[in-house]
Amino acid sequence: MPRISRPALLLVPLLGFMVLTYLVPFLGIVQWSVTLPEPGLDQYRAALSDPLVLSVFLRTFRICAVVTAVSVASADMITVLWVRGSPAQRLAVELCILIPFWISVLTRAFGWLALLSTKGILNTWSQSLGLLSEPLTMVRNEFGVIVGMAHFLIPFAAFPLASAMRTVDERILLAARGMGASRSRVFFQVFVPMTAAGILGAGLVVFVFALGFFVTPAILGGGRSVMAAELIYLRVFQSPNWGLAAAISVVMMVGVGGLLALLMRQARPAVPK
Amino acid sequence: MNKVKAAEIGAEGIGKTFGTFAALKDVSLTIGRGEFLTLLGPSGSGKTTFLMVLAGFEAATSGHLTLDGADMTGMPAEARAFGMVFQGYALFPHMTVEQNIAFPLKVQGRSTNDITRRVAEMVEMVGLGGHGHKRPSGLSGGQQQRVALARALAYDPPVLLLDEPFSALDKNLRGQMQDEVRRLHRELGTTFVFVTHDQSEALALSSRVAIFERGVLQQVAAPKHVYERPANRFVAEFLGDINILPLSDVTTSGSGSKATFEGQSLQITGDPGAPGQSLAVRPEHMALQMTAPAGGNAIAANLRDLTYLGAQTQLTLSTPGNVPLMLSMPTAALPSGLTPNAQVWVAWPDDQGRFL
Repeated sequence: MPRISRPALLLVPLLGFMVLTYLVPFLGIVQWSVTLPEPGLDQYRAALSDPLVLSVFLRTFRICAVVTAVSVASADMITVLWVRGSPAQRLAVELCILIPFWISVLTRAFGWLALLSTKGILNTWSQSLGLLSEPLTMVRNEFGVIVGMAHFLIPFAAFPLASAMRTVDERILLAARGMGASRSRVFFQVFVPMTAAGILGAGLVVFVFALGFFVTPAILGGGRSVMAAELIYLRVFQSPNWGLAAAISVVMMVGVGGLLALLMRQARPAVPK
Repeated sequence: MNKVKAAEIGAEGIGKTFGTFAALKDVSLTIGRGEFLTLLGPSGSGKTTFLMVLAGFEAATSGHLTLDGADMTGMPAEARAFGMVFQGYALFPHMTVEQNIAFPLKVQGRSTNDITRRVAEMVEMVGLGGHGHKRPSGLSGGQQQRVALARALAYDPPVLLLDEPFSALDKNLRGQMQDEVRRLHRELGTTFVFVTHDQSEALALSSRVAIFERGVLQQVAAPKHVYERPANRFVAEFLGDINILPLSDVTTSGSGSKATFEGQSLQITGDPGAPGQSLAVRPEHMALQMTAPAGGNAIAANLRDLTYLGAQTQLTLSTPGNVPLMLSMPTAALPSGLTPNAQVWVAWPDDQGRFL
């Protein structure tokens, strides 16, 4: 038996916890997916052919892709200020990133509802100022879901971006400007490629996180923009079909795992050491 | 090659403050077309700040700058487009050597053929043939700095600014790179402004040296001039070693000056500058004597220590009045049996000293 080094033993509690609370229940779900209501792969066949399930998958993927793009792009902009701004700007950005962590996801979703709904603050104010004649529909659709999710996820994107940006030597950017490059050229051809690892990391964190979103789409989507997590909830608690819910979960897991593996493999050689 | 592109830069009363700290105070200086000017000074002296102001990365708090006579005080760095070489190389890590060198050419919107030809030319010029497809991380420090030079010179900038480019390199490599920079300057004829804290580097490379201390330009002149005729005590002490003798009873007549040092009468002739209260003599002009010499200036001293440096031996002495002296002499010429605490004489010719 190979000798296990003492520091490695420190990992045992975490590993044990993960196995007990994550791996064992997940194996149970895999078991449901092939045994309920009867043994076989019927539930997978149903999950991959049911137009409703497929449309939910497609919508989930689309919303998550848009949310990822919006969150990472917005986070990139504020993180530039966070890392390179004046001390006052840094403090302001830091508060903007940290304060949302202290407010529950539920409160935030209802906050957006209060802002965006047809009788919400934005619509009523715009109408009374004469900017709008008819209220705009900004919730109970994908727009509302994307706004709410991006708002939640931007701070999570900011951290990997900030750590990538902190490794960029200011003088490399100065050198580029000194050679006559405009600020936008310096940003897109030098700064963005140099922080590519952080952008990819932020994108992965946001995308994977977004796939599992439940509360925000349920509140801001109003039952019309159902995403995968909500569908699984419905199949477990409202129109029970545990086998189908389990099969959808497994398909999601495998899909996300495959996507991650592919991205990591593609990205590895491009990440500068 | 392209000798017409070199620019002349004028600085007029440049001041720069960070909060309450004055990094530069009233610096005025003209950098001639095709000149190799070194900004020399200890760290915190303002030399790098001055370079950043020239580059356009820092805005001067007061004063103005000209480029070939036209005002460029408010011109942004990207419009000045002076080449820039940094101590840490500042290469783009995600680009190959060739892509790094091509970057400024693409910025200028040159044609693909032109870029390919110029990049190949620059790679050869800095001796990196065969390394063109490597990333900077695959190169040694010296090679990376060559890439930085090639990149900064590829687009024929009117001025090349170098910020302590070789201080991260070991001594042998530094020597090679200094030769390289001198050759590039000779071949290209561009105006070079080079920042260093290494005085021997400054003396070896430059056509003129500008010496900074505490944000003030102390002296700007040819290397030989600043070394042999320092404008003040700071310049004299910063460049090489020097012995400074406090004087009394300084009198000047047509044939030279007379003064007294610790009761010893001294003659000061030649070109010693305006009479002052101290006499500065370089160690290389001083010789060790075991007995009082007949002519020239000589003072009694006590030998404190000998440091063997190979071909040279460095001697540390002090006078009866406790003024420290140092001189270096060929080890082969050292009198035999010389040991610390020996009473000796230090002599130098009348015309080798400057008033400070």
